[in-house]
Amino acid sequence: MATTFAKAAETTQYAARLEHVSKSFATPGGQQLVLDDISLDVAPGEFVTLLGASGCGKSTLLNLVAGLDRPSAGTITTDGRPALMFQEHALFPWLTAGKNIELALKLRGVAKPERRERAEELLALVRLKGAHGKRVHELSGGMRQRAALARALAQESNLLLMDEPFSALDAITRDVLHDELTRIWAETGVSVLFVTHNVREAVRLAQRVVLLSSRPGRIAREWSVGIPQPRRIEDAPVAELSLEITDVLRGEIRRHGQH
Amino acid sequence: MASTETTPAQDAPGQDTGSVEAGLDALETTTTGRPPFRQTFVNKILPPIVAIAVVLAVWALLYPVVDNPTKLPSPAAVGGAFKEAWLQGTLLGYIWTSVSRGLLGFALALLIGTPLGLLVARVKFVRAAIGPILSGLQSLPSVAWVPPAVIWLGLNNSMMYAVILLGAVPSIANGLVSGVDQVPPLFLRAGRTLGATGLKGIWHVTLPAAMPGYVAGLKQGWAFSWRSLMAAEIIASFPDLGVGLGQLLENGRNASDMAMVFEAILLILFVGVAIDLLIFSPLERWVLRSRGLLVKG
Ligand SMILES: Nc1ncnc2c1ncn2[C@@H]1O[C@H](COP(=O)(O)OP(=O)(O)O)[C@@H](O)[C@H]1O
Ligand SMILES: [Mg+2]
Repeated sequence: MATTFAKAAETTQYAARLEHVSKSFATPGGQQLVLDDISLDVAPGEFVTLLGASGCGKSTLLNLVAGLDRPSAGTITTDGRPALMFQEHALFPWLTAGKNIELALKLRGVAKPERRERAEELLALVRLKGAHGKRVHELSGGMRQRAALARALAQESNLLLMDEPFSALDAITRDVLHDELTRIWAETGVSVLFVTHNVREAVRLAQRVVLLSSRPGRIAREWSVGIPQPRRIEDAPVAELSLEITDVLRGEIRRHGQH
Repeated sequence: MASTETTPAQDAPGQDTGSVEAGLDALETTTTGRPPFRQTFVNKILPPIVAIAVVLAVWALLYPVVDNPTKLPSPAAVGGAFKEAWLQGTLLGYIWTSVSRGLLGFALALLIGTPLGLLVARVKFVRAAIGPILSGLQSLPSVAWVPPAVIWLGLNNSMMYAVILLGAVPSIANGLVSGVDQVPPLFLRAGRTLGATGLKGIWHVTLPAAMPGYVAGLKQGWAFSWRSLMAAEIIASFPDLGVGLGQLLENGRNASDMAMVFEAILLILFVGVAIDLLIFSPLERWVLRSRGLLVKG
């Protein structure tokens, strides 16, 4: 009933495995079941988006996988400690962008002389060359999320968890960051579990879209997305699949209006 | 491992994400610099100079009206007292006696207040046990501690330090507690996913994140240290302890020398303010500015 960060050798079949995971919270009105019997595998190198309406338990699920909270039932096994990126950048404002990354490296045990060089490489990867000495408040929203991505990548985790990381950005910036994320995912081979409530974003990014129903959150349906990358969010096949998924999602939401 | 090697960004042919991104970054980044000196002078330096000039003018006008140098000395007489102390070489001695006591006492308060604040902030039992007392102590004027401190420790320097500690430790500890309380939970969660748990979490995340509250506590702690010390020096003045600013004031009162009393009051005021302006305000500004929390006025 806890999240296990297994050693890589034991787990070559999946980056994360969720088996019959449930989570309920104690509320004044009694136990509230938020997640119900979720079973899900993320394969090594796979990009999975978890799609669902607001409040359906997406963040709760990611917190469980990240080991920040314990499931009420079921088991979660991941290939090492996952990295987690939030909707808010969560960069530490008392450190520069570069030092944020170096802290992640330090906590992972990277020796001091290598940290600086590695941080510069990661900044170059997210196209923030020259931003090492910049304070967080000096960066734009898009730059902050890229720096946060670089910090998450610094963990060299096999699994990157992303909780609506682009939803606070304007559409133009978000679009560019979709391209960047796809590129970086392909370059690094990291597995991604990406949470969003935006259907098109889910289809734009993922190899597999998992739809979560609400109250309680259950896996409603899955789609594998065969559209070749690089995709654009305006592409016809993306729009087409988005429409199909939206219809199912609306059906799920509609059920809650009928009492 | 998944991401052992990373190559610099390379665009797929036909795409030009990099240059679009560079454009976006350039459009959204704001550059901040220091304001020009003229502006700093007009906004920050000139107003207090004007205020002091006004006070001096009112004083000079009031002096002939009161017409009683044992109640209100003339500005010139007070200036003379300063000059005399300076020429005798005792002025810096008075200041140093008090300042060294104050700073040493403050340093001790820092050493005690910091771990105490951390304990109160992090251990529920300790918080429930002494949290309310600690905030209550802040509203107790530290002059109340002088009589018991004299009885317990005698008329000596230890007594002075004890009074300083009782005045400053609660401020420093409380500042740290409120700093820790105000740390956004997001930072703690981010720290935990990066592997900063336990002591590492406190060192790398909690403490730096609590800095703004802590520094505010230090600033207040200094004000309380200085006040407590002056109360101790005035009440428990004893020649063998060396003459600090508090004793100077008390000596002036005993000699019915109002110019000396004014001299001492002005010195106490200026030294307290000067230490704050030289040490604590810059520290606070630096902490806030580096986090983008300082709104330029
Ligand atoms: N710590 C908690 N205590 C009680 N209820 C919670 C807690 N965290 C989340 N919830 C509830 O669980 C549900 C799902 O929340 P969340 O996972 O944040 O949704 P999402 O991320 O999909 O928008 C919400 O109804 C929320 O009120
Ligand atoms: Mg959420």
